[in-house]
Amino acid sequence: MCLTCGCGEANEHHHTHEGDAHHHHHDDHAHTKTVTLEQKVLAENDTYAQNNRAWLAERGIVAINLISAPGSGKTLLLEKTLEALNGKIKCAVITGDQQTDRDAQRLAGKGAKVHQIETISSCHLDAHQIAHTLPEVCEDGTKLLFIENVGNMVCPTAFDLGESFKIALLSTPEGEDKPIKYPVLFATAKTIVLTKMDLAAALEWDLPACRQYVQQVQPGAYTFELSAKTGAGMDAWLDYLKRLIQ
Amino acid sequence: MHELSLAQGLVEQVQQAAAAEGALRVVSISLELGQYSGVEREAFEFAFPLAAEGTCLAGAELVIREIPVSVLCNTCHRESNPVIPLLICTHCESTDVKLIGGREFLVKSVELEIEEE
Repeated sequence: MCLTCGCGEANEHHHTHEGDAHHHHHDDHAHTKTVTLEQKVLAENDTYAQNNRAWLAERGIVAINLISAPGSGKTLLLEKTLEALNGKIKCAVITGDQQTDRDAQRLAGKGAKVHQIETISSCHLDAHQIAHTLPEVCEDGTKLLFIENVGNMVCPTAFDLGESFKIALLSTPEGEDKPIKYPVLFATAKTIVLTKMDLAAALEWDLPACRQYVQQVQPGAYTFELSAKTGAGMDAWLDYLKRLIQ
Repeated sequence: MHELSLAQGLVEQVQQAAAAEGALRVVSISLELGQYSGVEREAFEFAFPLAAEGTCLAGAELVIREIPVSVLCNTCHRESNPVIPLLICTHCESTDVKLIGGREFLVKSVELEIEEE
């Protein structure tokens, strides 16, 4: 029954009973043994991630793993960022969605090489997918790689991609208290970008309250407030990106 | 639900260990799961039997030890386990802290059934 470990190969030791399709009877000629592993469950992913990190470091590329809820403005922020940096800083983008290449289409023609990963059933990008994509998307001279993760605030936080660091986005329509509801992401992202600030007044969205929640889950967290749509706050964001690659 | 792909990864890892030992089957698997690992315990426990079906891990017991979030205080230099999501030093209430534990997701050991020589 167990093709991989061959545990069912001795058929005389393996009886099948009604309603009990995988029940081994090793009777008194077997014993148990405890084997220490001390491995990360994500060891395979982490090996790819370490290789990705080394590959990027050799080429001096800063890689940002962008994680946030669907619809929080990752793609629009990237569109505006690529437009602003076009001809100044060579960028590349890996973008993940369950289906379609709509994000890649939106990001095309702005001076950056863009690659879409369709994850189909998966809720996150993993380091293996990134490993396959890096050589194609990072052309010579690339300084900044944006990895736009699948829109999801939970699953992508468990998978190291080999990025330099994570950046979390939080859009005003999501409410001020998202950081304490999804603390793993907001505690582990290097920087938190508050997006759709142009809607804050209409939503009666409370900036000081949101900042306080961010500080609770990550004291000292670095935050930006911006609107990719109106351009407010974009200069500070672009300056931050320029400083990253110096 | 990324827990299913994690469970499949665990199954592959343990299969390798079981094969290396020539094990008949896996009796139990001891794991450490951090509060900030990004892995939901109940979802993982639900997904594991699905991933284990048809392998030598089928029927194996998961023994999970939960690891709390821990921080190191940059003010009083002591470690503590804050009540999440509030990351503060529980000794001096400083917010100048570094997250040092709670991200773990480890397979510590496996109990294998081995045929007598």
